[in-house]
Amino acid sequence: MSQPVLSVSGLAKDYGNGQGCFDIDFELYEGEVLCIVGESGSGKSTLLSTLAGRLSADAGSVRFRDRAGSSHELTTLAEAERRRLARSEWGFVTQHARDGLRMNVSAGANVSERLMALGQRHYGQLRETAAQWLEKVEISRERLDDRPTAFSGGMQQRLQIARNLVTQPRLVFMDEPTGGLDVSVQARFLDLLRRLVHDTGIAVIMVTHDLGVTRLLAQRTLVMQQGRVVEAGLTDQILDDPQHPYSQLLVSSILQA
Amino acid sequence: MTETCHSQWQYNFAFLDENTKRMLRRALLKAVAIPGYQVPFGSREMPLPYGWGTGGIQLTASIIGQDDVLKVIDQGADDTTNAVNIRRFFARVTSVATTSSTAAASLIQSRHRIPETPLRPGQIMVFQVPEPEALRTLEASEVETRKLHAHQEYGLMHVKLYEDIARFGHIATSYDYPVMVNQRYLSSPSPIPKFDNPKLHMSPALLLFGAGREKRLYAIPPHTRVESLAFEDHPFTVQRWEQACALCGSHDSYLDEIITDDAGARMFVCSDTDYCQQQQESKA
Ligand SMILES: Nc1ncnc2c1ncn2[C@@H]1O[C@H](COP(=O)(O)OP(=O)(O)OP(=O)(O)O)[C@@H](O)[C@H]1O
Ligand SMILES: [Mg+2]
Ligand SMILES: [Zn+2]
Repeated sequence: MSQPVLSVSGLAKDYGNGQGCFDIDFELYEGEVLCIVGESGSGKSTLLSTLAGRLSADAGSVRFRDRAGSSHELTTLAEAERRRLARSEWGFVTQHARDGLRMNVSAGANVSERLMALGQRHYGQLRETAAQWLEKVEISRERLDDRPTAFSGGMQQRLQIARNLVTQPRLVFMDEPTGGLDVSVQARFLDLLRRLVHDTGIAVIMVTHDLGVTRLLAQRTLVMQQGRVVEAGLTDQILDDPQHPYSQLLVSSILQA
Repeated sequence: MTETCHSQWQYNFAFLDENTKRMLRRALLKAVAIPGYQVPFGSREMPLPYGWGTGGIQLTASIIGQDDVLKVIDQGADDTTNAVNIRRFFARVTSVATTSSTAAASLIQSRHRIPETPLRPGQIMVFQVPEPEALRTLEASEVETRKLHAHQEYGLMHVKLYEDIARFGHIATSYDYPVMVNQRYLSSPSPIPKFDNPKLHMSPALLLFGAGREKRLYAIPPHTRVESLAFEDHPFTVQRWEQACALCGSHDSYLDEIITDDAGARMFVCSDTDYCQQQQESKA
Protein backbone atom coordinates (compact mmCIF):
# COMPACT_ATOMS: atom_id res chain seq x y z
CA MET A 1 0.00 0.00 0.00
CA SER A 2 1.15 3.55 -0.69
CA GLN A 3 2.22 5.96 2.03
CA PRO A 4 -0.52 7.88 3.84
CA VAL A 5 -1.25 11.48 2.81
CA LEU A 6 -1.79 12.36 6.44
CA SER A 7 -0.58 10.61 9.61
CA VAL A 8 -1.93 11.95 12.88
CA SER A 9 -0.77 10.80 16.28
CA GLY A 10 -1.48 12.02 19.80
CA LEU A 11 -2.89 15.28 18.47
CA ALA A 12 -4.43 17.64 20.98
CA LYS A 13 -5.87 21.14 20.98
CA ASP A 14 -6.79 22.40 24.41
CA TYR A 15 -8.79 25.63 24.66
CA GLY A 16 -7.75 25.71 28.30
CA ASN A 17 -11.24 25.11 29.65
CA GLY A 18 -11.18 21.34 29.24
CA GLN A 19 -12.67 21.77 25.75
CA GLY A 20 -10.97 21.02 22.44
CA CYS A 21 -9.80 17.70 21.00
CA PHE A 22 -7.44 15.15 22.55
CA ASP A 23 -5.44 11.98 21.77
CA ILE A 24 -6.33 11.92 18.10
CA ASP A 25 -4.70 9.17 15.98
CA PHE A 26 -5.49 8.21 12.41
CA GLU A 27 -4.07 7.86 8.91
CA LEU A 28 -5.57 9.00 5.65
CA TYR A 29 -4.70 7.65 2.20
CA GLU A 30 -4.99 9.03 -1.29
CA GLY A 31 -8.52 8.90 -2.71
CA GLU A 32 -9.99 8.23 0.69
CA VAL A 33 -12.89 10.02 2.35
CA LEU A 34 -12.84 10.13 6.12
CA CYS A 35 -15.87 11.45 7.99
CA ILE A 36 -15.74 12.87 11.49
CA VAL A 37 -19.12 12.55 13.20
CA GLY A 38 -20.38 13.45 16.64
CA GLU A 39 -22.84 15.70 18.38
CA SER A 40 -22.59 19.47 18.54
CA GLY A 41 -19.65 20.56 20.67
CA SER A 42 -17.83 17.24 20.42
CA GLY A 43 -14.76 18.91 18.88
CA LYS A 44 -15.18 18.09 15.18
CA SER A 45 -14.48 21.60 13.86
CA THR A 46 -11.67 22.03 16.36
CA LEU A 47 -10.00 18.88 15.08
CA LEU A 48 -10.43 19.90 11.45
CA SER A 49 -8.98 23.38 12.01
CA THR A 50 -6.08 21.95 13.99
CA LEU A 51 -5.30 19.50 11.20
CA ALA A 52 -5.40 22.30 8.64
CA GLY A 53 -3.12 24.42 10.82
CA ARG A 54 -5.75 27.09 11.32
CA LEU A 55 -5.49 26.41 15.04
CA SER A 56 -2.16 25.61 16.65
CA ALA A 57 -1.86 22.15 18.18
CA ASP A 58 -0.89 21.73 21.83
CA ALA A 59 0.49 18.21 21.49
CA GLY A 60 1.05 15.45 18.99
CA SER A 61 2.04 15.27 15.39
CA VAL A 62 0.43 15.70 11.96
CA ARG A 63 2.59 14.55 9.07
CA PHE A 64 1.58 15.49 5.55
CA ARG A 65 3.10 13.98 2.39
CA ASP A 66 3.03 16.37 -0.53
CA ARG A 67 2.67 15.55 -4.22
CA ALA A 68 6.43 15.34 -4.63
CA GLY A 69 6.64 12.82 -1.80
CA SER A 70 8.24 15.07 0.82
CA SER A 71 6.89 14.91 4.31
CA HIS A 72 5.96 17.99 6.40
CA GLU A 73 5.27 18.16 10.13
CA LEU A 74 2.28 20.49 10.16
CA THR A 75 2.23 21.23 13.88
CA THR A 76 5.58 23.01 13.71
CA LEU A 77 5.52 24.27 10.13
CA ALA A 78 6.43 27.92 9.52
CA GLU A 79 3.47 30.11 8.62
CA ALA A 80 4.80 30.90 5.13
CA GLU A 81 5.23 27.22 4.31
CA ARG A 82 1.82 26.35 5.72
CA ARG A 83 0.21 29.01 3.54
CA ARG A 84 2.07 27.70 0.50
CA LEU A 85 0.75 24.20 1.14
CA ALA A 86 -2.74 25.57 1.80
CA ARG A 87 -2.64 27.25 -1.63
CA SER A 88 -1.19 24.42 -3.64
CA GLU A 89 -1.92 21.14 -1.86
CA TRP A 90 -5.07 21.66 0.20
CA GLY A 91 -8.60 22.95 -0.06
CA PHE A 92 -10.97 24.06 2.66
CA VAL A 93 -14.73 24.03 2.13
CA THR A 94 -16.76 25.77 4.80
CA GLN A 95 -20.33 25.31 5.97
CA HIS A 96 -21.32 28.83 5.03
CA ALA A 97 -20.45 29.69 1.45
CA ARG A 98 -19.90 33.33 2.38
CA ASP A 99 -16.92 32.26 4.51
CA GLY A 100 -15.36 30.35 1.65
CA LEU A 101 -16.24 32.49 -1.37
CA ARG A 102 -15.65 36.09 -2.39
CA MET A 103 -19.24 37.22 -2.65
CA ASN A 104 -18.42 40.51 -4.38
CA VAL A 105 -16.65 39.12 -7.43
CA SER A 106 -17.85 36.85 -10.23
CA ALA A 107 -17.96 33.06 -10.14
CA GLY A 108 -15.14 33.04 -12.70
CA ALA A 109 -12.92 35.18 -10.49
CA ASN A 110 -13.72 32.95 -7.52
CA VAL A 111 -12.62 29.85 -9.39
CA SER A 112 -9.56 31.56 -10.91
CA GLU A 113 -8.18 33.06 -7.71
CA ARG A 114 -6.08 30.08 -6.66
CA LEU A 115 -4.70 29.67 -10.16
CA MET A 116 -3.69 33.33 -10.22
CA ALA A 117 -2.14 32.94 -6.77
CA LEU A 118 -0.01 30.17 -8.24
CA GLY A 119 1.12 32.52 -10.99
CA GLN A 120 -1.18 31.83 -13.96
CA ARG A 121 -1.41 35.02 -15.96
CA HIS A 122 -3.36 34.23 -19.11
CA TYR A 123 -6.87 35.63 -18.84
CA GLY A 124 -8.31 33.54 -21.67
CA GLN A 125 -6.95 30.32 -20.23
CA LEU A 126 -8.05 31.16 -16.72
CA ARG A 127 -11.52 31.83 -18.00
CA GLU A 128 -11.70 28.60 -19.94
CA THR A 129 -10.48 26.58 -16.96
CA ALA A 130 -13.04 28.30 -14.73
CA ALA A 131 -15.83 27.57 -17.23
CA GLN A 132 -14.85 23.91 -17.35
CA TRP A 133 -14.90 23.71 -13.58
CA LEU A 134 -18.31 25.33 -13.39
CA GLU A 135 -19.57 22.62 -15.71
CA LYS A 136 -17.92 19.93 -13.62
CA VAL A 137 -19.91 21.12 -10.63
CA GLU A 138 -23.06 21.33 -12.74
CA ILE A 139 -23.24 25.09 -13.07
CA SER A 140 -23.76 26.41 -16.59
CA ARG A 141 -20.76 28.24 -18.04
CA GLU A 142 -23.20 31.04 -18.85
CA ARG A 143 -23.05 31.91 -15.14
CA LEU A 144 -19.29 32.63 -15.26
CA ASP A 145 -19.72 36.39 -14.82
CA ASP A 146 -22.48 36.21 -12.20
CA ARG A 147 -21.69 36.86 -8.57
CA PRO A 148 -22.26 34.12 -6.01
CA THR A 149 -24.94 36.30 -4.42
CA ALA A 150 -27.09 35.44 -7.44
CA PHE A 151 -26.64 31.69 -6.78
CA SER A 152 -28.76 29.33 -4.68
CA GLY A 153 -27.26 27.75 -1.56
CA GLY A 154 -26.55 24.51 -3.37
CA MET A 155 -24.87 26.32 -6.26
CA GLN A 156 -22.75 28.33 -3.85
CA GLN A 157 -21.50 25.14 -2.22
CA ARG A 158 -20.73 23.64 -5.62
CA LEU A 159 -18.90 26.84 -6.55
CA GLN A 160 -16.85 26.47 -3.37
CA ILE A 161 -15.93 22.96 -4.46
CA ALA A 162 -14.85 24.21 -7.91
CA ARG A 163 -12.84 27.05 -6.36
CA ASN A 164 -10.98 24.54 -4.21
CA LEU A 165 -10.51 21.70 -6.66
CA VAL A 166 -9.33 23.83 -9.59
CA THR A 167 -5.71 23.55 -8.48
CA GLN A 168 -6.05 19.79 -8.01
CA PRO A 169 -5.23 19.69 -4.31
CA ARG A 170 -4.25 16.42 -2.67
CA LEU A 171 -6.32 16.94 0.44
CA VAL A 172 -9.57 18.82 1.01
CA PHE A 173 -11.00 19.68 4.42
CA MET A 174 -14.76 20.15 4.59
CA ASP A 175 -16.70 21.37 7.59
CA GLU A 176 -20.38 20.44 7.26
CA PRO A 177 -20.55 21.40 3.57
CA THR A 178 -24.15 20.21 3.34
CA GLY A 179 -25.22 21.76 6.64
CA GLY A 180 -27.19 24.59 5.12
CA LEU A 181 -28.75 22.67 2.23
CA ASP A 182 -32.25 21.18 1.75
CA VAL A 183 -32.35 17.42 1.79
CA SER A 184 -33.01 17.11 -1.96
CA VAL A 185 -30.19 19.56 -2.79
CA GLN A 186 -27.93 17.74 -0.36
CA ALA A 187 -28.37 14.42 -2.15
CA ARG A 188 -27.35 15.90 -5.47
CA PHE A 189 -24.39 17.66 -3.91
CA LEU A 190 -23.14 14.47 -2.26
CA ASP A 191 -23.55 12.57 -5.47
CA LEU A 192 -21.44 15.13 -7.30
CA LEU A 193 -18.84 15.10 -4.57
CA ARG A 194 -18.56 11.33 -4.70
CA ARG A 195 -17.99 11.50 -8.43
CA LEU A 196 -15.32 14.22 -8.13
CA VAL A 197 -13.49 12.32 -5.42
CA HIS A 198 -13.54 9.24 -7.60
CA ASP A 199 -12.36 11.11 -10.70
CA THR A 200 -9.63 13.20 -9.07
CA GLY A 201 -8.31 10.83 -6.39
CA ILE A 202 -8.21 13.55 -3.74
CA ALA A 203 -8.36 12.67 -0.07
CA VAL A 204 -11.16 14.29 1.92
CA ILE A 205 -11.71 14.84 5.63
CA MET A 206 -15.29 15.84 6.16
CA VAL A 207 -16.98 16.91 9.35
CA THR A 208 -20.67 16.09 9.53
CA HIS A 209 -23.24 15.27 12.13
CA ASP A 210 -25.27 13.36 9.53
CA LEU A 211 -24.58 9.64 9.45
CA GLY A 212 -26.41 9.45 6.10
CA VAL A 213 -23.63 11.56 4.58
CA THR A 214 -21.08 9.29 6.16
CA ARG A 215 -22.65 6.15 4.75
CA LEU A 216 -22.79 7.63 1.26
CA LEU A 217 -19.25 9.02 1.08
CA ALA A 218 -16.83 7.77 3.65
CA GLN A 219 -14.73 4.63 3.61
CA ARG A 220 -13.74 5.33 7.19
CA THR A 221 -15.29 7.20 10.07
CA LEU A 222 -14.21 8.71 13.37
CA VAL A 223 -16.89 9.05 16.03
CA MET A 224 -16.17 11.88 18.48
CA GLN A 225 -17.58 12.61 21.88
CA GLN A 226 -16.37 15.28 24.30
CA GLY A 227 -13.24 15.97 22.31
CA ARG A 228 -12.15 12.36 21.96
CA VAL A 229 -12.44 9.70 19.30
CA VAL A 230 -14.56 6.99 20.89
CA GLU A 231 -14.71 4.74 17.84
CA ALA A 232 -12.81 4.62 14.55
CA GLY A 233 -12.95 2.23 11.66
CA LEU A 234 -14.60 1.26 8.41
CA THR A 235 -17.84 3.16 7.97
CA ASP A 236 -19.91 0.08 7.21
CA GLN A 237 -18.66 -1.65 10.33
CA ILE A 238 -19.42 1.31 12.54
CA LEU A 239 -22.87 1.83 11.10
CA ASP A 240 -23.81 -1.86 11.07
CA ASP A 241 -22.16 -2.94 14.29
CA PRO A 242 -21.22 0.02 16.49
CA GLN A 243 -19.15 -1.01 19.51
CA HIS A 244 -19.11 2.09 21.69
CA PRO A 245 -22.35 2.95 23.52
CA TYR A 246 -22.22 6.49 22.11
CA SER A 247 -21.87 5.20 18.52
CA GLN A 248 -24.74 2.81 19.20
CA LEU A 249 -26.84 5.76 20.33
CA LEU A 250 -25.93 7.78 17.21
CA VAL A 251 -26.70 4.89 14.89
CA SER A 252 -29.98 4.03 16.55
CA SER A 253 -31.09 7.66 16.44
CA ILE A 254 -30.50 7.87 12.71
CA LEU A 255 -32.28 4.58 12.15
CA GLN A 256 -35.29 5.90 14.01
CA ALA A 257 -35.26 9.19 12.09
CA MET B 1 -3.31 79.69 5.94
CA THR B 2 -4.74 83.19 6.11
CA GLU B 3 -3.07 86.37 7.27
CA THR B 4 -4.53 85.83 10.75
CA CYS B 5 -2.31 82.76 10.97
CA HIS B 6 0.48 82.95 13.54
CA SER B 7 3.60 84.41 12.10
CA GLN B 8 6.64 82.40 11.22
CA TRP B 9 8.79 82.83 14.31
CA GLN B 10 6.31 80.85 16.40
CA TYR B 11 6.95 77.70 14.37
CA ASN B 12 9.92 75.45 14.11
CA PHE B 13 11.48 75.33 10.63
CA ALA B 14 8.98 73.48 8.36
CA PHE B 15 6.35 73.53 11.12
CA LEU B 16 7.12 70.10 12.65
CA ASP B 17 9.31 69.83 15.73
CA GLU B 18 12.73 68.23 15.31
CA ASN B 19 11.78 65.01 17.08
CA THR B 20 8.86 64.44 14.78
CA LYS B 21 11.03 65.12 11.74
CA ARG B 22 13.63 62.65 13.00
CA MET B 23 10.93 60.04 13.53
CA LEU B 24 9.69 60.58 9.99
CA ARG B 25 13.20 60.44 8.52
CA ARG B 26 13.87 57.17 10.32
CA ALA B 27 10.67 55.76 8.82
CA LEU B 28 11.72 57.09 5.41
CA LEU B 29 15.12 55.43 5.64
CA LYS B 30 13.41 52.16 6.34
CA ALA B 31 11.04 52.75 3.42
CA VAL B 32 13.96 53.41 1.08
CA ALA B 33 15.71 50.28 2.32
CA ILE B 34 12.61 48.14 1.58
CA PRO B 35 11.19 49.55 -1.69
CA GLY B 36 7.37 49.48 -1.76
CA TYR B 37 6.99 48.35 1.85
CA GLN B 38 4.51 50.40 3.88
CA VAL B 39 6.16 51.77 7.01
CA PRO B 40 3.87 52.96 9.84
CA PHE B 41 4.58 56.38 11.34
CA GLY B 42 3.06 58.54 14.06
CA SER B 43 1.09 60.98 11.98
CA ARG B 44 0.90 64.48 13.53
CA GLU B 45 -1.91 66.98 13.58
CA MET B 46 -1.41 69.29 10.64
CA PRO B 47 -3.08 72.63 9.98
CA LEU B 48 -5.09 70.96 7.19
CA PRO B 49 -7.75 68.27 7.32
CA TYR B 50 -7.02 64.73 6.09
CA GLY B 51 -7.67 64.51 2.39
CA TRP B 52 -5.71 67.72 1.81
CA GLY B 53 -2.38 66.03 1.61
CA THR B 54 -1.37 65.84 5.26
CA GLY B 55 0.70 62.70 4.60
CA GLY B 56 2.64 64.36 1.79
CA ILE B 57 3.04 67.58 3.76
CA GLN B 58 4.58 65.74 6.70
CA LEU B 59 7.07 63.98 4.44
CA THR B 60 7.98 67.23 2.72
CA ALA B 61 8.33 68.95 6.09
CA SER B 62 10.67 66.23 7.35
CA ILE B 63 13.08 66.43 4.41
CA ILE B 64 12.94 70.02 3.16
CA GLY B 65 16.12 72.08 3.70
CA GLN B 66 17.01 75.78 3.37
CA ASP B 67 18.47 75.25 -0.10
CA ASP B 68 15.55 73.34 -1.54
CA VAL B 69 13.42 74.72 -4.33
CA LEU B 70 9.84 73.53 -3.91
CA LYS B 71 7.20 72.85 -6.53
CA VAL B 72 3.68 71.76 -5.60
CA ILE B 73 1.17 70.40 -8.09
CA ASP B 74 -2.38 69.22 -7.92
CA GLN B 75 -3.78 67.44 -10.99
CA GLY B 76 -0.67 68.60 -12.82
CA ALA B 77 -1.31 72.28 -12.15
CA ASP B 78 0.65 74.63 -9.91
CA ASP B 79 -2.18 77.14 -9.54
CA THR B 80 -5.02 75.06 -8.07
CA THR B 81 -6.21 75.90 -4.55
CA ASN B 82 -4.65 72.89 -2.90
CA ALA B 83 -1.29 73.37 -4.59
CA VAL B 84 -1.24 77.09 -3.85
CA ASN B 85 -2.13 76.52 -0.18
CA ILE B 86 0.56 73.92 0.36
CA ARG B 87 3.19 76.01 -1.45
CA ARG B 88 2.27 79.08 0.61
CA PHE B 89 2.35 77.04 3.78
CA PHE B 90 5.92 75.92 3.13
CA ALA B 91 7.00 79.35 1.96
CA ARG B 92 5.75 80.70 5.28
CA VAL B 93 7.19 78.05 7.58
CA THR B 94 10.54 77.57 5.76
CA SER B 95 11.12 80.60 3.56
CA VAL B 96 12.53 78.29 0.88
CA ALA B 97 12.27 79.28 -2.77
CA THR B 98 9.28 77.97 -4.67
CA THR B 99 8.89 77.38 -8.37
CA SER B 100 6.46 76.04 -10.92
CA SER B 101 9.30 74.74 -13.10
CA THR B 102 9.87 71.00 -12.88
CA ALA B 103 13.47 71.40 -14.02
CA ALA B 104 14.22 74.08 -11.41
CA ALA B 105 12.65 72.18 -8.48
CA SER B 106 14.65 69.99 -6.12
CA LEU B 107 11.55 68.83 -4.25
CA ILE B 108 8.14 68.28 -5.83
CA GLN B 109 5.02 67.53 -3.84
CA SER B 110 2.25 66.14 -5.98
CA ARG B 111 -1.32 65.01 -5.97
CA HIS B 112 -2.46 63.00 -9.02
CA ARG B 113 0.42 63.49 -11.47
CA ILE B 114 4.08 62.97 -12.25
CA PRO B 115 5.42 65.88 -14.34
CA GLU B 116 5.94 65.30 -18.08
CA THR B 117 9.44 66.80 -17.96
CA PRO B 118 11.65 63.81 -17.11
CA LEU B 119 12.88 63.84 -13.53
CA ARG B 120 16.62 63.90 -12.94
CA PRO B 121 18.97 62.43 -10.36
CA GLY B 122 18.86 64.29 -7.06
CA GLN B 123 15.25 65.34 -7.33
CA ILE B 124 12.72 64.06 -4.80
CA MET B 125 9.01 63.65 -5.44
CA VAL B 126 6.54 63.41 -2.56
CA PHE B 127 3.13 61.93 -3.37
CA GLN B 128 -0.03 62.52 -1.37
CA VAL B 129 -1.71 59.17 -0.87
CA PRO B 130 -5.33 58.77 0.25
CA GLU B 131 -5.23 54.93 0.47
CA PRO B 132 -1.80 53.30 0.65
CA GLU B 133 -3.11 49.73 0.55
CA ALA B 134 -3.55 48.48 -3.02
CA LEU B 135 -5.46 45.44 -1.73
CA ARG B 136 -7.88 47.40 0.45
CA THR B 137 -10.96 47.31 -1.78
CA LEU B 138 -10.60 43.52 -1.92
CA GLU B 139 -9.56 42.81 1.66
CA ALA B 140 -10.88 45.07 4.40
CA SER B 141 -8.79 43.62 7.22
CA GLU B 142 -5.43 45.30 7.86
CA VAL B 143 -4.19 42.20 9.71
CA GLU B 144 -4.93 40.10 6.65
CA THR B 145 -3.42 42.50 4.08
CA ARG B 146 -0.22 42.66 6.12
CA LYS B 147 -0.06 38.88 6.02
CA LEU B 148 -0.62 38.90 2.27
CA HIS B 149 2.33 41.29 1.88
CA ALA B 150 4.50 39.32 4.26
CA HIS B 151 3.92 36.13 2.30
CA GLN B 152 3.85 37.87 -1.06
CA GLU B 153 0.40 36.43 -1.76
CA TYR B 154 -0.90 38.72 -4.47
CA GLY B 155 -3.37 36.50 -6.33
CA LEU B 156 -6.07 38.76 -4.97
CA MET B 157 -4.85 41.74 -6.98
CA HIS B 158 -5.25 39.78 -10.16
CA VAL B 159 -8.78 38.92 -9.05
CA LYS B 160 -9.57 42.61 -9.40
CA LEU B 161 -7.96 42.87 -12.84
CA TYR B 162 -9.74 39.66 -13.91
CA GLU B 163 -13.01 41.18 -12.77
CA ASP B 164 -12.29 44.35 -14.75
CA ILE B 165 -11.83 42.37 -17.95
CA ALA B 166 -14.87 40.17 -17.27
CA ARG B 167 -17.04 43.25 -16.85
CA PHE B 168 -15.60 45.76 -19.28
CA GLY B 169 -13.68 43.68 -21.79
CA HIS B 170 -10.40 45.31 -20.77
CA ILE B 171 -8.58 46.36 -17.61
CA ALA B 172 -10.67 49.40 -16.78
CA THR B 173 -8.55 50.58 -13.86
CA SER B 174 -7.15 53.82 -15.24
CA TYR B 175 -5.63 55.48 -12.19
CA ASP B 176 -4.06 54.16 -8.98
CA TYR B 177 -3.09 51.22 -11.15
CA PRO B 178 -1.33 48.59 -8.98
CA VAL B 179 2.40 48.07 -9.37
CA MET B 180 4.95 45.56 -8.20
CA VAL B 181 7.95 47.37 -6.74
CA ASN B 182 11.37 45.75 -7.02
CA GLN B 183 9.69 42.42 -7.78
CA ARG B 184 8.59 42.14 -4.19
CA TYR B 185 5.95 44.51 -2.80
CA LEU B 186 2.61 45.20 -4.39
CA SER B 187 2.04 48.96 -4.07
CA SER B 188 -0.38 51.71 -4.86
CA PRO B 189 1.27 54.37 -7.04
CA SER B 190 -1.23 56.86 -5.48
CA PRO B 191 -4.09 58.14 -7.66
CA ILE B 192 -1.90 59.07 -10.62
CA PRO B 193 -3.24 58.09 -14.05
CA LYS B 194 -1.79 54.81 -15.32
CA PHE B 195 -0.26 57.04 -18.02
CA ASP B 196 2.31 58.00 -15.38
CA ASN B 197 3.11 54.44 -14.25
CA PRO B 198 5.98 53.94 -16.72
CA LYS B 199 7.67 57.02 -15.23
CA LEU B 200 7.97 55.14 -11.93
CA HIS B 201 10.10 52.43 -13.51
CA MET B 202 13.84 53.07 -13.10
CA SER B 203 13.15 56.69 -12.18
CA PRO B 204 16.38 58.60 -11.53
CA ALA B 205 14.58 60.57 -8.79
CA LEU B 206 13.64 59.39 -5.30
CA LEU B 207 9.88 58.85 -5.01
CA LEU B 208 8.25 59.08 -1.58
CA PHE B 209 4.63 58.36 -0.71
CA GLY B 210 2.80 59.57 2.40
CA ALA B 211 -0.69 58.72 3.67
CA GLY B 212 -1.70 60.93 6.63
CA ARG B 213 -4.97 59.32 7.66
CA GLU B 214 -3.63 55.79 7.32
CA LYS B 215 -0.28 56.78 8.90
CA ARG B 216 1.80 54.91 6.33
CA LEU B 217 4.70 55.93 4.13
CA TYR B 218 6.62 54.07 1.46
CA ALA B 219 9.27 54.73 -1.16
CA ILE B 220 10.54 53.88 -4.60
CA PRO B 221 14.27 54.61 -4.54
CA PRO B 222 16.05 55.75 -7.72
CA HIS B 223 16.57 53.10 -10.40
CA THR B 224 14.07 50.62 -8.95
CA ARG B 225 12.12 48.20 -11.13
CA VAL B 226 8.42 49.03 -11.10
CA GLU B 227 6.08 46.77 -13.01
CA SER B 228 2.40 47.45 -13.69
CA LEU B 229 0.37 44.27 -13.21
CA ALA B 230 -1.36 42.73 -16.21
CA PHE B 231 -2.26 39.48 -17.96
CA GLU B 232 -0.26 37.91 -20.78
CA ASP B 233 -3.20 38.34 -23.15
CA HIS B 234 -4.19 41.74 -21.71
CA PRO B 235 -0.89 43.59 -21.39
CA PHE B 236 -0.53 46.92 -19.59
CA THR B 237 -1.19 49.92 -21.83
CA VAL B 238 -1.39 53.66 -21.18
CA GLN B 239 -3.98 56.21 -22.30
CA ARG B 240 -3.54 57.70 -25.78
CA TRP B 241 -5.35 60.60 -27.38
CA GLU B 242 -6.42 61.15 -30.98
CA GLN B 243 -5.65 64.85 -30.78
CA ALA B 244 -2.70 66.92 -29.65
CA CYS B 245 -2.81 69.52 -26.86
CA ALA B 246 -4.88 72.47 -28.13
CA LEU B 247 -2.46 74.94 -26.52
CA CYS B 248 1.02 73.57 -27.15
CA GLY B 249 0.45 70.85 -29.75
CA SER B 250 2.14 68.15 -27.69
CA HIS B 251 1.35 64.61 -28.78
CA ASP B 252 2.81 62.79 -25.84
CA SER B 253 1.54 64.43 -22.70
CA TYR B 254 -1.46 63.50 -20.56
CA LEU B 255 -4.46 65.52 -21.69
CA ASP B 256 -7.44 66.85 -19.75
CA GLU B 257 -10.71 67.48 -21.49
CA ILE B 258 -12.04 70.92 -20.64
CA ILE B 259 -15.34 72.61 -21.48
CA THR B 260 -14.64 76.01 -22.95
CA ASP B 261 -18.04 77.69 -23.15
CA ASP B 262 -21.67 77.42 -22.07
CA ALA B 263 -22.53 75.64 -25.30
CA GLY B 264 -20.38 72.73 -24.19
CA ALA B 265 -17.51 73.15 -26.63
CA ARG B 266 -14.51 71.10 -25.50
CA MET B 267 -10.83 70.98 -26.00
CA PHE B 268 -7.95 68.85 -24.85
CA VAL B 269 -5.02 70.45 -23.09
CA CYS B 270 -2.00 69.23 -21.14
CA SER B 271 -2.78 68.49 -17.50
CA ASP B 272 0.82 69.49 -16.69
CA THR B 273 0.60 73.29 -16.89
CA ASP B 274 4.33 73.88 -16.51
CA TYR B 275 5.14 71.49 -19.33
CA CYS B 276 2.48 73.04 -21.57
CA GLN B 277 3.94 76.48 -20.90
CA GLN B 278 7.46 75.29 -21.76
CA GLN B 279 6.22 73.70 -24.96
CA GLN B 280 4.39 76.87 -26.00
CA GLU B 281 7.45 79.03 -25.27
CA SER B 282 9.80 76.77 -27.18
CA LYS B 283 7.50 77.02 -30.21
CA ALA B 284 7.08 80.80 -29.96
N1 LIG C 1 -12.28 29.51 20.87
C1 LIG C 1 -12.77 28.65 21.80
N2 LIG C 1 -12.47 28.84 23.10
C2 LIG C 1 -12.95 27.99 24.04
N3 LIG C 1 -13.74 26.93 23.78
C3 LIG C 1 -14.08 26.71 22.49
C4 LIG C 1 -13.61 27.55 21.45
N4 LIG C 1 -14.11 27.10 20.27
C5 LIG C 1 -14.84 26.01 20.58
N5 LIG C 1 -14.82 25.77 21.91
C6 LIG C 1 -15.47 24.66 22.62
O1 LIG C 1 -14.84 23.45 22.22
C7 LIG C 1 -15.79 22.43 22.05
C8 LIG C 1 -15.72 21.84 20.66
O2 LIG C 1 -16.16 22.82 19.72
P1 LIG C 1 -16.26 22.53 18.17
O3 LIG C 1 -16.64 23.78 17.50
O4 LIG C 1 -15.02 21.86 17.74
O5 LIG C 1 -17.45 21.47 18.14
P2 LIG C 1 -18.17 20.81 16.90
O6 LIG C 1 -18.12 19.37 17.13
O7 LIG C 1 -17.62 21.33 15.62
O8 LIG C 1 -19.67 21.32 17.11
P3 LIG C 1 -20.79 21.72 16.01
O9 LIG C 1 -21.36 20.44 15.52
O10 LIG C 1 -21.79 22.50 16.81
O11 LIG C 1 -20.14 22.53 14.95
C9 LIG C 1 -17.15 23.05 22.38
O12 LIG C 1 -17.49 22.75 23.70
C10 LIG C 1 -16.91 24.53 22.22
O13 LIG C 1 -17.75 25.26 23.07
MG1 LIG D 1 -18.45 22.53 14.02
ZN1 LIG E 1 0.01 71.49 -23.86
